[in-house]
Amino acid sequence: MRKFLRRFYVFLIFLFLYAPIFVLMAYSFNSSRSRGAWGGFTLKWYRELFRDREILTSLKYTIIIAILSAVISTILGTAAAIGISHMRKVPRSLVMNISYLPVLNPDIITGVSLMILFIFANINFGFKTMLIAHITFNTPYVILSVMPKLKQLDTHIYEAALDLGATPSYAFWKVIIPQIMPGIVTGCLLAFTLSIDDFVISFFTTGVGVSNLSITVFSMARRGVNPKINALSTLMFLSVLILLIIVNVRMSRDIKAKKQREATLI
Amino acid sequence: MDEKLLELVDVSKKFDITEALKDINLYIRRNEFVTLLGPSGCGKTTILRIIGGFEQPTTGKVLFEGQDITSLPPYKRKVNTVFQRYALFPHMDVFENIAFGLNIKKIPNDEIEKKVKKMLELVNLSGYEERTIDSLSGGQQQRVAIARALVNEPDVLLLDEPLAALDLKLRKGMQIELKNMQQSLGITFVYVTHDQEEALTMSDTVVVMNDGVIQQIGSPEDIYNEPRNVFVADFIGESNILDGIMIKDYLVEFGGQKFNCVDKGFGENRPVDVVIRPEDVKIVGEEDGMLTGRVKSVIFKGVHYEMLVESQDYTWMIHSTLMEPVGKMIGLNILPDDIHIMAKGRRSHE
Repeated sequence: MRKFLRRFYVFLIFLFLYAPIFVLMAYSFNSSRSRGAWGGFTLKWYRELFRDREILTSLKYTIIIAILSAVISTILGTAAAIGISHMRKVPRSLVMNISYLPVLNPDIITGVSLMILFIFANINFGFKTMLIAHITFNTPYVILSVMPKLKQLDTHIYEAALDLGATPSYAFWKVIIPQIMPGIVTGCLLAFTLSIDDFVISFFTTGVGVSNLSITVFSMARRGVNPKINALSTLMFLSVLILLIIVNVRMSRDIKAKKQREATLI
Repeated sequence: MDEKLLELVDVSKKFDITEALKDINLYIRRNEFVTLLGPSGCGKTTILRIIGGFEQPTTGKVLFEGQDITSLPPYKRKVNTVFQRYALFPHMDVFENIAFGLNIKKIPNDEIEKKVKKMLELVNLSGYEERTIDSLSGGQQQRVAIARALVNEPDVLLLDEPLAALDLKLRKGMQIELKNMQQSLGITFVYVTHDQEEALTMSDTVVVMNDGVIQQIGSPEDIYNEPRNVFVADFIGESNILDGIMIKDYLVEFGGQKFNCVDKGFGENRPVDVVIRPEDVKIVGEEDGMLTGRVKSVIFKGVHYEMLVESQDYTWMIHSTLMEPVGKMIGLNILPDDIHIMAKGRRSHE
């Protein structure tokens, strides 16, 4: 009985969390336009989705911005993490906390402040500003996922490479980068996901004619009921879910490998 | 054998405010096995890192075959290092680890294969080419680290406490293997350890260090038999260290008795430290001893018994193959040759 109650409670919580999404998914296959009635199964909305010019354009922007911002913030974040890890203890924890701050900062504040910055710097709003904004909020996440890998690194490994005749840049590419690669890939995936996911910051930093999927969904929803939104939202939810599962599996595999290594050392 | 291969001239090193090394002058000859010995924090690893090029001396020069290499980066030095915790590359297998240095030198692949194979034979790891580093035991990782350094045929091999992480039996075996390798390959070894027994077993020359200063340089026999100061005497093996007074040349007083000795030049009626090894104290009958004492404790140590004997003002440590029962009064004699006189100085454990 107790066991049943416990399971029932977990079930209720998940129901509470996921019911809206399941309803949305179900309605994306509903042939009736009305939200109240089930008119039979259809893939009509998905077909229409891929015929809609507006949605396809914003899909293109979303993917281009996600890829570019993920790659650039990965490079910036990795370089920053390596720099930070070589600092002395006090400045290091200071810089770490400062880079952590944007993660905690509400998106709306990040968005508005970036908007003000772009106005101040007299940059035209559009693709460029949205890309810069995405790079800005992605970089701390890359730092945070590369940092633990750098901490695990044997400090003498770099010296060992130099000792064997490697120039500093050879040692960096052949020894350090392969060692922290799992963290870099995780950070890159995370950045990609966050970029696809973002609405608030994009909303404040984009310009005329450039919108990503979440902005398009928002404006479509304001124009009135359109079942295409359901189909689009379902696809976005699933792709972000898959990416997050990959990131999480990578991170837990990493922790397992670390534990194993510690066990063999003892 | 007399050629100076590597030389440190007036080398000092400061980290912030702490002085890690003070005026180190040291040379290492070709094919020599030199051990830097001292307690942790004495600066021995810093010397190794300066030779390897990982640290710059604050003042002073490093010479290699007479050439100044002080500011030469590590990757341009004909020196290779075996790191304390091995520092193997975990993302490469055993073969790739050992071939790392050869690949950089752009040696043809078939030759690399031959050299790596030969090295693996030398360290008894034939057939381990494709094993991952994580799958190796500590002792095997140690061997890979040695092979990875030696395959580059360095003029000098630096070893930073390479056996510290191994258990006692493995360590003894590796000591002999390392010494054999050094002799058969004819490579100069500079070896850092805090284990005095290891230093005495393997080295041609031992450099005893404390507080960033070289205390004594000499052969293992010299260091053990003729320690230059109380620190060396105390650090290398067990010692009885007593306060004494040098009455005049060849005559010293301690424990209330005057003893003939072989030392001179300390002046007259000068306070000195008297160092006597536990195995140099001879046990005789109570009436025949210059000193007398009561046996306080006896511990069996395998080859010998270790006894603590309480005399008037000093508790002696004595090593003897014969046991005397606890509580018995015995006599103690010391030969002039076995009495080592040293000017008053600091002791290591104070």
